[in-house]
Amino acid sequence: MNEPMDFLIWTRGTAFDIAVTIFVIGVILRLFEIISLGRKQNLAEPKGTEFGPGMRTIFTRSIPDPGTFRRQPLTVVTGYLFHIGLFVGLFLFVPHIELFRATFGFGWPGLPNPIVDAATVLAIIGLLAGLWHRLMNPVMRKISSGEDWLVWTLTFLPILTGYLAYHRMVNPYPLILGLHVLSVEALLIAFPFTKLMHTFTVFLSRWYNGAMSGRRGVES
Amino acid sequence: MAENNTLGDSLRRHGVSRRGFLKFCTATASLMALPPSMVPAIAAALEKARRPSVIWLSFQECTGCTESLTRSHSPSVESLIFDHISLDYHHTLQAAAGEAAEAAREAAMHENKGNYILVVDGSIPLGNPGYSTIAGISNLQMLEETAKDAAAIVAVGTCAAFGGLPQANPNPTGAVSVSDIIKNKPIINVSGCPPIPTVITGVLAHFLTFGTIPELDQYNRPKVFYGQSIHDRCYRRPFYDKGLFAETFDDEGAKAGWCLYKLGCKGPMTYNACATTKWNQGTSWPVESGHGCLGCSEPRFWDAGGFYNALSVPISDNSQTVAFAAAAGLVLGAAAAGLNYKTKDEAQKAHANVTVDDLEKTS
Repeated sequence: MNEPMDFLIWTRGTAFDIAVTIFVIGVILRLFEIISLGRKQNLAEPKGTEFGPGMRTIFTRSIPDPGTFRRQPLTVVTGYLFHIGLFVGLFLFVPHIELFRATFGFGWPGLPNPIVDAATVLAIIGLLAGLWHRLMNPVMRKISSGEDWLVWTLTFLPILTGYLAYHRMVNPYPLILGLHVLSVEALLIAFPFTKLMHTFTVFLSRWYNGAMSGRRGVES
Repeated sequence: MAENNTLGDSLRRHGVSRRGFLKFCTATASLMALPPSMVPAIAAALEKARRPSVIWLSFQECTGCTESLTRSHSPSVESLIFDHISLDYHHTLQAAAGEAAEAAREAAMHENKGNYILVVDGSIPLGNPGYSTIAGISNLQMLEETAKDAAAIVAVGTCAAFGGLPQANPNPTGAVSVSDIIKNKPIINVSGCPPIPTVITGVLAHFLTFGTIPELDQYNRPKVFYGQSIHDRCYRRPFYDKGLFAETFDDEGAKAGWCLYKLGCKGPMTYNACATTKWNQGTSWPVESGHGCLGCSEPRFWDAGGFYNALSVPISDNSQTVAFAAAAGLVLGAAAAGLNYKTKDEAQKAHANVTVDDLEKTS
């Protein structure tokens, strides 16, 4: 394991298999768990419908309400910056699309590298600003748990190593590419057991929020 | 064989002009990234160099490295340089056979004790000595014997440098590289499958000129030739950056000379001089001829994923892993859901209505 190429081959082979297996089993298991448990039965008389408000909330929550934006503009802006940057870097970078194509049998067009590069820088800035906010804001610091710091690190490392690998800033290249793959594997393994699951549950939980408010006849 | 003629004498006898010789020295200097001021020094050193004895051992190999070398820009000055080292032992190229051949090796070792250059191509099997023998001598024994009094060792080709194809999974012969066995001698790895001819001769020229080993990278490869990746020096790199890729070997992108990343080019992880030195007298090189780099100068290139899969594609069958994991996840998920429904059902059955009066009674 002292040779970078051995390391790269291991991360692209055995380690990837292990990480993907844990990730896929974990995510499916947790989704089944969450969906089958549902919400506690509400015995009160309904004041409105569930479905419509639930569906509407899935979309309306994508736009921050003016009150939140005024109180926490940084959270909103860096949140968007990071999530859009991550989306572009993860799903529109051609080598990543090739990985999805090899896995699922279909791909989609990517973006030119300078655009992906810029998006990645935005994601890094977004994450760093988020970290700064978490450290500096006394309330944020108090409500941050060990899991929050872990999840931040696990998200930051793949983006950072990916950026370093793309710009070939670390020699030899197989070492930094291997570190990039390894950091993604760490993320995949932790994914189902941490708040990273929000990637899959975000729209589901928005529906629940909207549906619960709808049933009570209030705006969500 | 090894007369005391200098290289200069020898070149003149073969009708190489002073001008031609200096041109070669200049080319060598630029090849080795040395300043032009070094050209006279190279010329002087090569001029005076006595033909050093070279013993070339071939173990588990395909003779591709020798084939590459013998096609080196023939009949250029590079090949003359090679003619003018004293190649005292080489299976394929020597006239002698059998015991006479082995006697030539032993004589060269004896006469040039501590001064000869040992060139090795091919890997060494450790599994069973009988897998590869020469004149009844196992590869391991011959290497240890010949390496003992060598001034330096040049491991030519990926097999000798890293184990190469014989070492590919599952490595049936227990093949290892030269540096896995010899620890107390300077070893220069000239990897590639095969290596670029000019790179082999360039390394020997460096040794003749300076009497020292060139600056090496972490894999003991000369930095002048292996210091930069194929990707960084590739003339198709702008297409990679623009996101223009050939999707198949005969589509419009391939015809327009776009990047071959999606077709499995391993250029980003491969360090070699192909993109600058090129092959066949500078005619072309794999990527220029429309095929991705295989990464042949890197350790374990044979096990580093399919040649026609992009570098970002995992080595094992990822879709199979995902399918199996998803099936397992569905079974476990269904079981968990079943338990949850049961719990909820029981809770619902145990549910009793409580009125305000009931609460008042109990309090």
